[in-house]
Amino acid sequence: MNEILIENLNVWFGEHDERVDAVKGANLSVPKGGSFGLVGESGSGKSTILRAIMGLALTWNGKMEVGGETLGPKRTRTFYRKVQMVFQDPYASLHPRHSVDQVLSETLSLHGFDDIETRIAKLLDDVGLGPSFRFRYPHQLSGGQRQRVAIARALAPEPEVLLLDEPTSALDVSVQAEILNLLTDLRAEHKLTYLMVSHDLAVVGHICSDIAVMQLGEIVETLTVEDMRAMRTTHPYTKHLLESSLL
Amino acid sequence: MSVSDTLPKPGLREWLLTDTPTSRRHAKATVIYQAWLSFKRNPMAMIGLGILVFLVLVAAFAAILAPHDPFTQDLAARLQPPLSEGYILGSDSLGRDILSRLIYGSRITLYIVTLVTILAPVVGLFVGTIAGYTGGWTDAILMRITDIFLAFPRLVLALAFVAALGAGIENAVLAISLTAWPAYARIARAETLTIRNTDYIHAVKLQGAGPLRIIIKHIWPLCISSLVVRVTLDMAGIILAAAGLGFLGLGAQPPSPEWGAMISEGRRFILDHWWIATMPGLAIFTVSLAFNLLGDGLRDVLDPKDGTS
Amino acid sequence: MSNLLDVQNLWVKFPTRTGVFDAVRGINFKLGQERLGIVGESGSGKSMTGRAILRLIRSPGIVTADKMDLEGVDLMSRTEKEMRAVRGKKISMIMQDPKFSLNPVMRVGQQISEAYRLHAKVSKSEAKRKSIEMLEAVAIRDPERVYNMYPHEVSGGMGQRIMIAMMLIPDPKIMIADEPTSALDVSVQMQVLEIMDKLVKERGMGLIFISHDLNLVSSFCDRVLIMYAGRVVETLAADKLHEAQHPYTQGLLNSLPRLDAPTDRLQVLQRDPAWANEPSVSA
Repeated sequence: MNEILIENLNVWFGEHDERVDAVKGANLSVPKGGSFGLVGESGSGKSTILRAIMGLALTWNGKMEVGGETLGPKRTRTFYRKVQMVFQDPYASLHPRHSVDQVLSETLSLHGFDDIETRIAKLLDDVGLGPSFRFRYPHQLSGGQRQRVAIARALAPEPEVLLLDEPTSALDVSVQAEILNLLTDLRAEHKLTYLMVSHDLAVVGHICSDIAVMQLGEIVETLTVEDMRAMRTTHPYTKHLLESSLL
Repeated sequence: MSVSDTLPKPGLREWLLTDTPTSRRHAKATVIYQAWLSFKRNPMAMIGLGILVFLVLVAAFAAILAPHDPFTQDLAARLQPPLSEGYILGSDSLGRDILSRLIYGSRITLYIVTLVTILAPVVGLFVGTIAGYTGGWTDAILMRITDIFLAFPRLVLALAFVAALGAGIENAVLAISLTAWPAYARIARAETLTIRNTDYIHAVKLQGAGPLRIIIKHIWPLCISSLVVRVTLDMAGIILAAAGLGFLGLGAQPPSPEWGAMISEGRRFILDHWWIATMPGLAIFTVSLAFNLLGDGLRDVLDPKDGTS
Repeated sequence: MSNLLDVQNLWVKFPTRTGVFDAVRGINFKLGQERLGIVGESGSGKSMTGRAILRLIRSPGIVTADKMDLEGVDLMSRTEKEMRAVRGKKISMIMQDPKFSLNPVMRVGQQISEAYRLHAKVSKSEAKRKSIEMLEAVAIRDPERVYNMYPHEVSGGMGQRIMIAMMLIPDPKIMIADEPTSALDVSVQMQVLEIMDKLVKERGMGLIFISHDLNLVSSFCDRVLIMYAGRVVETLAADKLHEAQHPYTQGLLNSLPRLDAPTDRLQVLQRDPAWANEPSVSA
């Protein structure tokens, strides 16, 4: 059963003369509990697909289904309990004046949870931050710590699907390893489905089992990670990306 | 979970400087204290703050501090120069002690400052953030209204108010506020447009937050710092505007010891009895300068350009 | 191979409210006509090292060194005016994002010409000719057209190549490249690096390549310095990277996910506080 299904998705910005087609005719499917990667260079449209699923893209057509339900122009609160997103830049995804506690308690109360205290403690524990981080502000946290808070925020409503937009590209190499391990552990523990965007093939290869390669708004090839490792690629662009990545 | 449960009793200073606050109150206290420390390092800003604190104290204890009653006339003692017996800063054309009038006049200055601060930036914040966040027709309409108010020359509006409602300090303040709020609305709107597209706003939208919550809890805290800085820097201009209106007879009415009105009264005597106009002028200058210094210091703390915040 | 640059005991300190922060702590290295890579994570001091060489660190930052010689001539004691003759003409620097290093309101050709005329007394038309020549050298097709473009009209890779043209036109001896390809797409990175490589070799220059990407640096440079907490913890020949001895270098290498070596969990670097206290390795 497909947790995420996208058929013939087109996303564009602007009208008429100024129209830019960010995504053209995209098709992909992710099984429940699966881990799917979207790779491509800047301008390929990969982040736009995530934003379209989350309801952050205004003009689109095509079909998007999550958990069997077709998505319309607006998203409901029930949708947000089910699908959450982790943003790329940990320095931009936390409100500079809100402490970690405020971020998490606001999220929890927006979703209608009562036992906020216990949940905050558990969330901080799940992402590897102790209670001493609870009342800190973003400027008192390192990049890796901020990303952990962002992941905690995404996990707060107990979602089933996590959309990850280049979650480690703004982090140092050593911190990246910690966050990738955390994401692996969380997926196993909470039985999550991942859809991850990255420009780094090695990162995608580590976390995901299937990959779609995007170029200029189109998905040019979909393959498994094993095929990619073995260089069993069909499209020349995929080959080109692989070669550029393997130094 | 409180400090006393987990740690040995630290000193207050360590408590306020800690990197790991233990409660919401603690976190807020550390932010305020560290901002204060940052502010304290700026000697000019501290001087500005000192002058303003002094102003507040003078206004509060006017009755004790003033050697004479500000309204009592003594025609025998008129036009006394400074450092005369009983009249340290001199006396004016009706024999009133200038020092006492300055002291009581500080209350009026503070009154003007407070009223304008309550009215103009608050209205500007509301209009600017709602326009900036909502966009579309609401934005267009609100901004056109802002433009209309921005187009009014302050004095002409004050004259209109006087004609309609009579002269008086409240009407002067109203006139000043009505011409001052558009600038704050524009600042708030510009900030909102930037903030609106950040990931942290997207993130809270993805938790199901509605526009009201986003504007009040997420956008206002970020706009307020630039507004505070702008208001303090504008304060000099506001005091001068009130003084100007007083000078024209459109603000505080005689015998009120408003500083601008005092300058106006002293105008006739400026050549031979310079102190009647100059003393209130110096007072206005000092308070305006103090607000400027304070505003600069606040800007360095609240809106630093070196990337730390 | 003579030394172009000789640095001994370089320190960069920043006084802060809570004490002095040492960004670079006593490092030594020499640069010849080679490609030297400086690798480190954020906070390791690698960017500060590059800026210190060009004396770009302003007060309150304090730069001290026992020796900082360019072709035998001391850099530390030069006045600001003398340093201006050095910057661009003897040592030039390329930074990460051309969006931020190109003046957005000037045409790119004009910026390159200006860079040239700062160090050579030539006419405007001669400078323009040389600039177009330089644009060709960085493999820009149709250099006449690009000469008249504004920075926002060119792509990231092209922008970076324009920066290279601008920085190489005065014919410096040394180029310092601070994360020159980090803001670029993977396929464009290769192209920019190839151009840099070709030009550096042709002109017999020395190159200091600063990056956080250990693999990239090792494939591109001859020698690599690894920095941690302001010190150099290891130095090796680029092709001997897999023989790294220091636990930090090994940790960095092992914590990277690899397409050709899948693993369930990545090795997490365990930082040993002792690494920050060891003396710097000389390079």
